[in-house]
Amino acid sequence: MKYVDSTQVQKKMGSRLMANNLAKTLFFLSTLFGLLVLVVLIYRVLKDGLPWIDIDFLMNRLSTDPERAGIWGAITGTLWLMVVVAPVTMLLGIGTAIYLEEYATKGRISSFIKTNISNLAGVPSVVFGILGLTVFARTLDLGSVVLAGGLTMALLVLPVVVVASQEAIRAVPQFLREASYGMGATKWQTIKNVVLPAALPGILTGVILALSRAIGETAPLVVIGIPALLIPIPDGIFDKFTILPVQIYYWTIDSALVAEYANLAAATIVILLLVLFVMNSIAILIRNKFQKRY
Amino acid sequence: MKGVFFVAKGVVHEHDQNLNVREIIQEKKKTKSFNNYTEKFIPKILFGIAAISVFTTIGIVLTLLTETIAFFKDVPFIDFFTGTKLKPLGENAVFGVLPLLTGTLISTAIAMLVAIPVGLMTAVFLSEYASEKTRRLLKPILEILAGIPTIVYGFFAFTFVTPLLRSFIPGLEPTNILSPGIVMGIMIIPMVASLSEDAMSSVPNSMREGALALGATKLEVTWKVVIPAAISGIIASFVLGISRAIGETMIVTIASGSSKNFTFDVTQSMQTMTAYIVEVTGGEAAAGTTLYYSLYAVAMTLFVFTLIMNMVAQYISRKFREEY
Amino acid sequence: MSVVTDKSNASVKDTQNSAKEDTKKVVYETKDLNLWYGEGHALKNINLAINENEVTAIIGPSGCGKSTYIKTLNRMVELVPTVKISGEILYRGRNILEKSYQVEDLRTSVGMVFQKPNPFPKSIYDNIAYGPKIHGIRDKKILDEIVEKSLRGAAIWDDVKDRLNQNAYGLSGGQQQRVCIARALAIEPDVILMDEPTSALDPISTLKVEELVQELKKDYSIIIVTHNMQQAARISDKTAFFLNGEVIEFAETDKIFSNPSDKRTEDYITGRFG
Repeated sequence: MKYVDSTQVQKKMGSRLMANNLAKTLFFLSTLFGLLVLVVLIYRVLKDGLPWIDIDFLMNRLSTDPERAGIWGAITGTLWLMVVVAPVTMLLGIGTAIYLEEYATKGRISSFIKTNISNLAGVPSVVFGILGLTVFARTLDLGSVVLAGGLTMALLVLPVVVVASQEAIRAVPQFLREASYGMGATKWQTIKNVVLPAALPGILTGVILALSRAIGETAPLVVIGIPALLIPIPDGIFDKFTILPVQIYYWTIDSALVAEYANLAAATIVILLLVLFVMNSIAILIRNKFQKRY
Repeated sequence: MKGVFFVAKGVVHEHDQNLNVREIIQEKKKTKSFNNYTEKFIPKILFGIAAISVFTTIGIVLTLLTETIAFFKDVPFIDFFTGTKLKPLGENAVFGVLPLLTGTLISTAIAMLVAIPVGLMTAVFLSEYASEKTRRLLKPILEILAGIPTIVYGFFAFTFVTPLLRSFIPGLEPTNILSPGIVMGIMIIPMVASLSEDAMSSVPNSMREGALALGATKLEVTWKVVIPAAISGIIASFVLGISRAIGETMIVTIASGSSKNFTFDVTQSMQTMTAYIVEVTGGEAAAGTTLYYSLYAVAMTLFVFTLIMNMVAQYISRKFREEY
Repeated sequence: MSVVTDKSNASVKDTQNSAKEDTKKVVYETKDLNLWYGEGHALKNINLAINENEVTAIIGPSGCGKSTYIKTLNRMVELVPTVKISGEILYRGRNILEKSYQVEDLRTSVGMVFQKPNPFPKSIYDNIAYGPKIHGIRDKKILDEIVEKSLRGAAIWDDVKDRLNQNAYGLSGGQQQRVCIARALAIEPDVILMDEPTSALDPISTLKVEELVQELKKDYSIIIVTHNMQQAARISDKTAFFLNGEVIEFAETDKIFSNPSDKRTEDYITGRFG
């Protein structure tokens, strides 16, 4: 007696293969769905926004008149924000990573800090906004200025820099550290002269990704209290400011009132995406250039 | 003997001609107390820096907690969590969080209805079906999608998806929870896809080969071998996606409006917890008012929700890592 | 060299030996050294006295503790977090295992060359100048001089003098290893530890490094771990045979290879195990 009836198997095989092929097509289409959305999104934004982009749009101050409105204030605001975010998040992020990877003994304190950082990465950005509003803007009485926004953003993107720097430091081969210690170098000399230079590309990639995250974040700064209409151009870290995503936000919600605001929002999105594209390309270039050196 | 003498002389001669590095170093060592200070203080400074992330968490919790306690002095705990009516402004302000909770949960549910199937199927395609070349072509697209700022998705939901949906669904309001829910789902697809793909890729090939050798099709292998083996990683990706959806702010703020209806009708405008926070802070609520405190009570609720989700995800994926 | 005199003339041998005893000081003295990695007892009651200006070879099958021992001599072994050590290692009369002994001072006097060439991903010049720089020498002229002298000392000056500013990873494995030796020479150590320095090299590069070791012996005390018994026989004055974390035999290299007193040493050098 045969347990496997081969004719039966043959008969079923056809439908089984068909199911497999159907599923494969479905899975492929799912994957393409993302591409489709991306294409539609970029097409819409370009179609609505591109005709509005010219030198005046980039260089003009904000205005209620769509024809005269420009994003110079948002551009300088974004730059000033980066002036605060970049050094603060680098100092905190790289310092934390060095401590965790090189100094902390693998004990309770370091695993507590690690858990804390991964939990911090999951805290909604709007909650960081509340922290910034309460601590920096009100308790320290900075108001909704660049410094308050920058510190908030720096804390928000901190986990990105910490995790990327940790990975980069961990990837530095042990034999390089041994070579340095073997010369009588102290721990800090070894870190400063050998580990950090070797980990730099990975760290830089993480920093750029963190900054591009900060450039695109909206909620925390809206919560801190960036005004909807700010005419003066910020001139330092103690000035009130606005940034590209917040400008997009106000123009989008007001587009129900003035239809052209939607075009202004789209034009600003084009600029924002362009900036992010350039930053990410730089990050990818760094990553590819310095991969596998040993 | 003469020869030996000559060699010895030669050695001496060589030393004279060249500088004595050993001596210079010994000399420098004496003046290096500064270095000892650095060695001692650097770890302490770095520990201080690392502690800032902990202080941030403490700062968040303390800020939320103190003001939330103040809020519950004005509004009874029970009333807040069972109240179906939220009317923060005006004479007879009422603070029930349920409208915000339903808004949050419904938008999250819609998002996950999009993100889970599409994300999982994408992950299966990339991990099980795609050739190396296709994968290298498609993965960057997911990365780009993941890198698009949420404000751009918000604009997309408001100016494109909502009008599009309104041409199918006549009763759909200009601001509604459906459109931002779907767009949030699209935003979360890359996250679910890449985390699930990681989980599936780490299933050992020997398990697949065992089933393939028995004549199973790829679909059967995926469904009966790979997904069960990677299930905890996959579920962790879902949980993280949910947490992300709960915390997402700009898409719902823009596209779902600020109506505080307690409803389950997805064609209507609803407010999520995050959108409420944006609305109240945007209105510059005066410190000390119940409205101001309500901000913190809602933020605390939001914080606790996402924290639990993240911890669940961490727990699941930790268990998963121990499996192989 | 002593081999030749030993065989040629008995009276010379006597005078040489007594002369040796007079001038050759002990540089490293190990007393009752025990070392554990977690629970594993890696070194057991090691007692060894190593002379200056000699090449001391340490041989033994893999896992016998020879690498661990040499890494204990400059306390590099402490990079393994679970390590526990008892006993004494006297370097120039001071116990280096004491907490108060500055490990950086020790490693400044005791250079190390590793199993796999490990130059820094920097220029050849910066590799050599690394040691002097971290010890506070900043003067460019002095650094130039040190770089040239060290590279000459490691017999690689002619290979690299025209490309000092190129990355050291552009060199061949053998050249990299000699650059690493030059890097160790740059701070003029007293002792050079070599942990299987030729195991990753081809035969020609190996020969060059061996010649170099013979040359360096004039100015430095050298302790070399090797898995290659011919190498030990060729270049060393004394040889220690390690087995399962113990020193089985320690004697003049000639004696170890021609007339070992322990059966296990004989078994190992005749290739019966290991």
